[in-house]
Amino acid sequence: MSGHPDGTLRRALSALRHDPPAVAGTAVLLLLLVVGVAGRWLAPDGVNDVDVDGILRPPSLDHLFGTDELGRDVLSRVLVAARVSLEVGLVSVGIALLVGVTVGLLAGWYRGWVDNVLMRGMDVLFAFPVLLLAVAIVAVLGPGLLTAMVAIGVVYTPIFARVTRAGVLSVREQVFVRAAVSIGASDARIIRRHVLPNIAAPLIVQTSLSLAFAILSEAALSFLGLGIQPPDPAWGRMLYDGRGFVTEAWWLGVFPGAAIFLTVLAFNLVGDALRDVLDPRQLTVGEARRSRR
Amino acid sequence: MTADPAAPAADPGETVADPGEIVAELDNLRVWFPAPGGAAVRAVDGVSLGIRRGETLGLVGESGSGKSTTGLALLRLVDATCGSVRVGGRDVTWWSRRQLRGLRRRVAMVFQDPQASLDPRRTIGASVAEPLVVHRLVDSADARRRRVAELLEMVGLRADLADRHPHELSGGQRQRVGIARALAGEPDLIVLDEPIASLDLSVQAQIMNLLRGLQRDLGLTYLFIAHDLAAVEHMSDRVAVMYLGRIVETGTPEQLYGQPAHPYTAALLSAIPVADPKVERHRRRIILSGDIPSPVDPPSGCRFRTRCPQARPDCAEVDPVLVEVAAGQWAACRYAGEAVRAMRAGTVGEETVH
Repeated sequence: MSGHPDGTLRRALSALRHDPPAVAGTAVLLLLLVVGVAGRWLAPDGVNDVDVDGILRPPSLDHLFGTDELGRDVLSRVLVAARVSLEVGLVSVGIALLVGVTVGLLAGWYRGWVDNVLMRGMDVLFAFPVLLLAVAIVAVLGPGLLTAMVAIGVVYTPIFARVTRAGVLSVREQVFVRAAVSIGASDARIIRRHVLPNIAAPLIVQTSLSLAFAILSEAALSFLGLGIQPPDPAWGRMLYDGRGFVTEAWWLGVFPGAAIFLTVLAFNLVGDALRDVLDPRQLTVGEARRSRR
Repeated sequence: MTADPAAPAADPGETVADPGEIVAELDNLRVWFPAPGGAAVRAVDGVSLGIRRGETLGLVGESGSGKSTTGLALLRLVDATCGSVRVGGRDVTWWSRRQLRGLRRRVAMVFQDPQASLDPRRTIGASVAEPLVVHRLVDSADARRRRVAELLEMVGLRADLADRHPHELSGGQRQRVGIARALAGEPDLIVLDEPIASLDLSVQAQIMNLLRGLQRDLGLTYLFIAHDLAAVEHMSDRVAVMYLGRIVETGTPEQLYGQPAHPYTAALLSAIPVADPKVERHRRRIILSGDIPSPVDPPSGCRFRTRCPQARPDCAEVDPVLVEVAAGQWAACRYAGEAVRAMRAGTVGEETVH
């Protein structure tokens, strides 16, 4: 799916430049990426520098986001925690993408019993509420960052399998697939060169939306104490710890909450714009949106 | 294979006339598709034909006559229920998937809708080069580019269109790309499945002329599938008329268009409008009533009898075989010749008959 030699992606990206929400979303994501990579150096204080004399201080020039109940700098913790969120998002969605797309391709292309076995398995996973399943998996594997990633990956696999299978089912009936068969192309070639590029658009959209949900799920797992373990910072965990001080120290919850909110919003904005623009026949987001109505 | 007694004698058109090399041959081919309720759709139901090197065999019929399925069977894009498909003298009916890749270099196909048959995500160059890549016909990217340019020029396109996408081309240009792609593997036979049906009238003529020019220059062999009789006459050396999964008449265009022997052929021809309004006004037309019957349950005896203006009681009893009515002209009608004369004279029913 990577690398469209035909420039479709390049054209889509240039169209995105003219869509303000997409630009804003991309800017936030780029910022997040920088913070995720360099958070440890950007942070004004160490994440676990305790200052017993300065606990629960409101935002000030010394501590822009205030300090928590142990006197730790909230800004530093929010910045460092970005890395956790990004890692969890990328790794877990990577797992879901890899497994889900493979399952969906096999099910949609070969149909028959392969389809039945694989998709019934996916249905079982899909039947559980996302968080319940993730919690169950973490409970089995033991809490921690890695198991949280695996659990979230497993939980989001069926969505990718379904999106992929649906795309394959419609693409395999297209005349150009029959045309590829008619010149003697192998199944592997047809799937790689014709099917995947033609279902890439919904997959890219699903990926960006799933990144948002994965980050949200990680926050939820951390909130429940099943994700990253203290004292390492995670947005969800900070939210949990801050909930006891909602009335006297609003900054404990608001800043990690805002970080989650902005990240999820940015992924959604970009995903939404990509959905409109990833069609080789469209030129701009505006054109695409008008023609969809 | 055991021949069905009701099936026409094997290979009628080939026993006479010049014995050119047979590129591809169908023998009593049947292609049945499963239908709901355990029945079978008899898309092709006992078709025998041979295609000689360098000729164009026209295959005409209404929608649902099985002509496209016959074309697909030549590439083994559909499986035979029984009968055989021979290409280059070899029986390919039961070839494995691996072997079929070789077959699909020798037989190429041009599809009806050039928009749908080109992958919208790939460039024209990538589409044309695909047979070269699949069959490893070029050994470098440079050779591939040169060959693609050559192929595009052969079909009258500028070589720089290779970097474009299908949606940037017109319908006629797209069909030229489809033809270039079919030429890429230097096939022995090209199946043209309604190659002009979805194009504008003015473009149709250009594409037909292109196909004829390529045939002349490269010695190509075509199976030209169409429902447009005028186009078939223009293109073909021989014509086979299909009705409900069977060939009902075959011969040269002159024979079929001048002296049709099967009532169905005569009815199809009378549907072609004449350009002269005076002639057109007084022309006797044979209008067939109803639609083509269901291929799930074809009529007993002669399949055409339910719509034949000249049907007699015994047409329901015996399934007619192809008989030679003139040198190289075969028709599957017990009253071949006679029925058409009667229709044209208007002895039974005029205009709308049934």
